[in-house]
Amino acid sequence: MEKTGSLAKRRKRSIAICSFVFLLPVLILLFTFLVYPIVQTFINSFTKWNGISVAKTYNGITNWKKLFGDKDFWRAFLNNVKIMILSLLIQMPIGILLATFLDAGGKKFNFFKVIWFLPLLMSSVAVGYLFHYALATNGGLISSISQLLGGGKVDLLGNQKTAIYAVIAVICWQFIPFYMVYYMAGYSSISEDIYEAAIVDGATRGQYVRKIALPLLVPTIKSAVVMSVTGSLKYFDLVYVMTGGGPGTSTELMATYMYKTSFTTYNMGYGSAIAAGMFILITVIAALIMRLMNSGGED
Amino acid sequence: MAGKSVESSSTKAKKYAGWVVAMILAVFWLVVAFVPFLFMVISGFKQKMETIMYGAFHMPEKFYPDNYIEIITDPRFWNYFKNSVIVLVLSLALLLLFAAFAAYPLSRFKFKMRDTTFLLIVACMSVPIHVTMIPVFQMSIKSGLYDSIWALIPTAVAFATPLSVFILTGFMKGIPADLEEAADIDGCGRYKRFFKVILPLCTPGLSTLAIYNGVNIWNEFIFAFTLTQSEKNRTLPLALWNYQGVYSSNTAMIMACLTLSVIPMIILFIIMQDKLVKGMMAGAVKG
Repeated sequence: MEKTGSLAKRRKRSIAICSFVFLLPVLILLFTFLVYPIVQTFINSFTKWNGISVAKTYNGITNWKKLFGDKDFWRAFLNNVKIMILSLLIQMPIGILLATFLDAGGKKFNFFKVIWFLPLLMSSVAVGYLFHYALATNGGLISSISQLLGGGKVDLLGNQKTAIYAVIAVICWQFIPFYMVYYMAGYSSISEDIYEAAIVDGATRGQYVRKIALPLLVPTIKSAVVMSVTGSLKYFDLVYVMTGGGPGTSTELMATYMYKTSFTTYNMGYGSAIAAGMFILITVIAALIMRLMNSGGED
Repeated sequence: MAGKSVESSSTKAKKYAGWVVAMILAVFWLVVAFVPFLFMVISGFKQKMETIMYGAFHMPEKFYPDNYIEIITDPRFWNYFKNSVIVLVLSLALLLLFAAFAAYPLSRFKFKMRDTTFLLIVACMSVPIHVTMIPVFQMSIKSGLYDSIWALIPTAVAFATPLSVFILTGFMKGIPADLEEAADIDGCGRYKRFFKVILPLCTPGLSTLAIYNGVNIWNEFIFAFTLTQSEKNRTLPLALWNYQGVYSSNTAMIMACLTLSVIPMIILFIIMQDKLVKGMMAGAVKG
């Protein structure tokens, strides 16, 4: 009795040690590059610090007070919110439509799939530069189309009113294929039997999609919404290279504002406050959206 | 009888009309997705001021390959390329190994704190990396890794870890326990079992993760931008940045550079289209 008991204990201990050894590299990495930096960012947000000198002076809640009253930050946040809402309204429906089309067509539509997929192969930086030139006043695509149709040149990115919408259009161009693939994954997880049963029962393809497939896709749609929301709130690369936040502050985002404050003007204390504020806003919004969707799904 | 056939022909007509509308929309989206690519590749074959002077749709008189040649024969371009390859290969190797290490006990053992650890790792998936940037920048300076490609590898591995562990844990749960038990009876210890039994069985999961993370690491911009400074230590996405600084008014040159930066991805896509899409799906199903 006693012997087996101690044997079980020893086995348990050896499992615990083995688990710890296997988990160690990942835990070290996550603590060093995620947990510790997040804590450090919050600590830095209470300092005045240029990032270069060793001297950090604590200045209490000065940065946070400034952040609450900072028009530029809230303007940036509003731009992020615009991106978030329009991304949801544009990317989700088009993504579902494209996936539905490919799902209905099967292998025949491989050609469409390949071309539609292309934007996803480009880095955000490359997409940003491409459209920096493709939307330029001189020699840009839209400008050239307008001239072909007899209109004048169009300056989408140089105009404070249109720049943010041009940015959103480019973001949609880049990410619609991602959601297309995402919904294709959703479709492919619906079993073939369900489709066949529906067709045998006399349903048309349209009815199958509306009445059977879409309801089954709801969990997929929900997680796509969460991804799109958190993604929209932390965009950086594309906007930074395409407009640099300009003209003026018309396309400034929280992340570009944080980057410029920290690494262009070397105000790292305030930059940390922006980063921390961004972290809080994203977490709160994501949590709210998840709660909203979960409560909607239960009735 | 007659009524029924009328009805079926009208639903047929409806079905047909539906497909026509769908096709028109599909072709429209084909144009939207593809025209910017054409613009990029063709503009790269133009002379310096051609696009700006004659507009996007003016076909070049003759294709002018000098931009592409100039970049390909530039040793700096190959240096960026080399840096990108080194970062990619080392980061992926470490990432896959560590993620598989972590997924093994999380999926197959029972121990205290298992669920807490898993939750912690999953929570890390939603952290916006910008919040870590200033401290990571400081650490790179303190450790002396700043402005070298070695600064980019730990960050690449760390930020890709949570999702990879999450996916691999799910994957390993699907491997039947009897296989491992058989090895246990044969006298394999837990460590040996991991390398001899579990790791080989994970190859499909590992390869989709390699593709998904590989694309992300290859395209990574913000940490490469923040943690390196000199031209010789930067990766390909930064080559675009530097070329843009030098040739900002030379649209043709920038477009040639963009085209060349996308080509490796397109080749990869052609070689393993299905795997790539599957890899993207694996990444997508994280929600």
